[in-house]
Amino acid sequence: MAQLKLEKLNKTYDKQTEVIPSLDLLVNKGEFVVIVGPSGCGKSTLLRMIAGLEDITNGNMYINGIYSNDDTPSERGIGMVFQSYALYPHMSVYENIAFAMRLAKLPAKEIDRRVNEAARTLQLEPLLQRRPKDMSGGQRQRVAIGRAIAREPKLFLFDEPLSNLDASLRVQMRMEIANLHKRLGSTVIYVTHDQVEAMTLADRIVILNKGRVEQVGTPLELYDHPGNEFVAQFIGSPKMNLLPATLVKSGENTSQVVLDSGKELILPIRTPKSAEGQSVNLGIRPEHILWGEKNRAHYQASVIFVEHMGNETYLYLDNGNASEPWVVRNAERSAIVAGEAVGVDLPAEHCYLFDGTGQAFQRLVTAQASPEALISKKIVN
Amino acid sequence: MKLTRRQRYLRSKSFLYLAVVVTATFCVFPFYNAILTSLRSGQDLFLPNYLPTTFVWKNYINALMVNGIARSLLNSMIVATVTVGGCLLVSITASFALARIKFRGRQGLLFTILCVSMFPQVAVLSGMFELVRFLGLYDSLGSLILSYTTFSLPFTVWVLTTFMKSLPVELEEAAIVDGAGLWVIISKIFAPIMAPALVTTGLLAFVGSWNEFMFALTFTISGENRTVPVAIAMMQGSSQYELPWGNIMAGSVIVTLPIIILVLIFQKRIVSGMTAGAVKG
Amino acid sequence: MTTKILSLNTSLVRPQRNKRSLQQRRARAAWLLVFPALFLLAGVAGWPLLRTIFYSFTDAALDTPEVYNFVGFDNYLSFFDGEAYGVLGDPLWWKSVRNTLWFSSWSVSIELILGMLVALLMNQKFRGQGLLRAAVLVPWAIPTIVTAKMWGWMFHDQYGVVNDLLLRIGIIDGPLAWIASPTLSMWAVVFADVWKTIPFMALMLLAALQTVPADLYEAARVDGATAWQRFTRITLPLIMPAMIVALIFRTMDALRVFDLIYVLTSNSEATVSVSGYARDQMVAYQEMGSGSAASVLVFMMVAGIAASFLYAGSLYNKEKQV
Repeated sequence: MAQLKLEKLNKTYDKQTEVIPSLDLLVNKGEFVVIVGPSGCGKSTLLRMIAGLEDITNGNMYINGIYSNDDTPSERGIGMVFQSYALYPHMSVYENIAFAMRLAKLPAKEIDRRVNEAARTLQLEPLLQRRPKDMSGGQRQRVAIGRAIAREPKLFLFDEPLSNLDASLRVQMRMEIANLHKRLGSTVIYVTHDQVEAMTLADRIVILNKGRVEQVGTPLELYDHPGNEFVAQFIGSPKMNLLPATLVKSGENTSQVVLDSGKELILPIRTPKSAEGQSVNLGIRPEHILWGEKNRAHYQASVIFVEHMGNETYLYLDNGNASEPWVVRNAERSAIVAGEAVGVDLPAEHCYLFDGTGQAFQRLVTAQASPEALISKKIVN
Repeated sequence: MKLTRRQRYLRSKSFLYLAVVVTATFCVFPFYNAILTSLRSGQDLFLPNYLPTTFVWKNYINALMVNGIARSLLNSMIVATVTVGGCLLVSITASFALARIKFRGRQGLLFTILCVSMFPQVAVLSGMFELVRFLGLYDSLGSLILSYTTFSLPFTVWVLTTFMKSLPVELEEAAIVDGAGLWVIISKIFAPIMAPALVTTGLLAFVGSWNEFMFALTFTISGENRTVPVAIAMMQGSSQYELPWGNIMAGSVIVTLPIIILVLIFQKRIVSGMTAGAVKG
Repeated sequence: MTTKILSLNTSLVRPQRNKRSLQQRRARAAWLLVFPALFLLAGVAGWPLLRTIFYSFTDAALDTPEVYNFVGFDNYLSFFDGEAYGVLGDPLWWKSVRNTLWFSSWSVSIELILGMLVALLMNQKFRGQGLLRAAVLVPWAIPTIVTAKMWGWMFHDQYGVVNDLLLRIGIIDGPLAWIASPTLSMWAVVFADVWKTIPFMALMLLAALQTVPADLYEAARVDGATAWQRFTRITLPLIMPAMIVALIFRTMDALRVFDLIYVLTSNSEATVSVSGYARDQMVAYQEMGSGSAASVLVFMMVAGIAASFLYAGSLYNKEKQV
């Protein structure tokens, strides 16, 4: 178990392409941190820098307070699970798991004990003599994890480990990884592009965009208090709707906005006096929109498209922007058909507010916000 | 009249098979003809005939014993094996570096190696002749092992580099994370995984050495040091009109058969090796 | 939480950078790993090449290479009493250059066309595909010298099967002297070479053909393209890079032809190649100096042709990018 501290970490390729400008992060002992972001955001590069597979151009990295920029991956004491598993095809499962310990010249007895323990933990015992090519994707995944845990690393690194598995297996492996972390109590850094994996696995999520940290926080913090529009739209599926509005009255406890439709809303959101009169974006998640009476509703629009999922229904509303219509998620089957005009209500306690630059105003009411959550980084007050 | 789908299908199938038969015949016929000739003697040789008529094994015994093909087979075997073995050994580390490590001058090295593999052998002939004499290897198999390295080594480095490039990067990274140094990565991970590619590359280089003619002709004189191609080329009768065609064809069949069998057994690998060296070039 | 970070911060001491980074370490090791191969290559290719160039400026004889005088460019070209001497003054050299270029262009272009046909055939689905591939590999596996002997026998003016077949079909009236006739002997060499190297060409092109996704053909069919249009509009452009590579390889190979001609036509003047000429100067006439000069000229000729190929290739690539 280890604590990891990154200080002004920078990665520049060939002295010109800056992938990660300057990144600070603290991962506590035993914490499960998921780094998530769209493809090309630098999350894999960041993980490989932590692993020691990629040089750190600038900045410092400390493992348990010890400067480790120039340590080899094995000196850093990390275990890593790769996207393609990267099992050695010519070795049995046993040899795959034992390889690192053999290189470290551990006594044979100790190696045997640890391999068997890892195999027991991951239910690999009957497979120990098999070759990787004779196993299924899920089994290979387990071997890859076994290889990482057997040598008892200080830090576990996962690089999109589930993206090569099919959907049902992914859910199962996700639970296994979560359980494993609970049992071993190890420090984990896990990279994925899938926000569902991030939400379900993480103690804390790091949202990365273009090499910069957009926000760090627990899954629910990010859901309830996204620091900006990027985070708000990245977390949650379908993504949050953004409605243009104008802030007409700021306040410590409530703010008043006017929608394009002319309807006024009073939101439990804190806004500064200086923002008054500015155009803002009102955010509302698809699952929070309610049907309203046609004439009195906050917004009226026609439905342009309906998707039936069976258990729920997604309805797309015409907002004048065909490529990004607003979405309503209905928890049950809906009889509404495309072309129908509807009215929707936006419950004030479920609304978010972002200024012209996309930064969030502080929400004051949420379902179960812990006081700690408010400390979360980058929330503009 | 418009043909039905089935008629059209039959017509195109019969064209296809006709083309297959013509191609296969074209490729195999000269060798088939050589076998026919090798089984004939005396006047039979001079009557063109497309089916086996006689089975005379005398030509084979003559070629092997009298013409020294048996000895040259052994020589070729030794030269090709040693050359290929040595080349593969030094190629593994070189191709690992060229395929896996980014370093200054890598592109230049690869380009140089490609150029050397293509340059005409005659360009180094006199310099090689001097080197061979200087090392006291003239008229010995050693001279051939030395000179064959000129074309075998760039070839094996190039093909192995192509194969190495195709292995996933994560495999090497997993080994680094496991604490393996470069030497361990090469010897414990890459070499075993590359075993099939090594066999393929080795076979291709083997065929190349087996067939080489110019160096063998120039650097060996005595009959007991001849390799297969030189021995075949030197099989002559007492005058131009008395070429012992039966013996020559018997010798040709003997030296070709092992290679053909080898190639047919490993045909898929050979094809992948041939194209690996070139398609990505 | 915040206080903890602060306390940690104070205890952090950044040590001096004394270790090399991963990339640096690997780059240094790379040279160590390529060294044995590089050293060997320098010894068996670089050094002999330099010595060949060196000897091309001397009058050394093959049996006593250590005794020589510098003669400048005399081995290449010199004038004496208005007569040209040296390799470049030798009509046979120019004949061998013409022979080599003629041989290379004919055999490579015939190989390309026939190889393409064979590749297209092998790319079809039918029973016995494996057998066809095995048959096609046979010529490749046969040593060049054996090829030369086999075709020499088949081209035999009296007893060869080529004449026999042509007579039977009725294309010719009397037997042709394939090997002895100055006009026909070059064709005999081209035929034998084409037969021997079609497999290489065909397999190379086949590998390229197999990288073309089947969807594309289906899409083109749906769009109403004929078989010929599918070939010229889809197949050819997509396999062009691989085809150019195969062409370069084959051309380089054809330009250094020696063994086939040496055995099939005994290096006759009508067929002698530049490699054959250079070797004859050196070994048959024992003139290491002019032999080396000829070798250097061969090298420069092949390198020049290769360079112009590469230049044309880079132009082609540039044009595509625009």
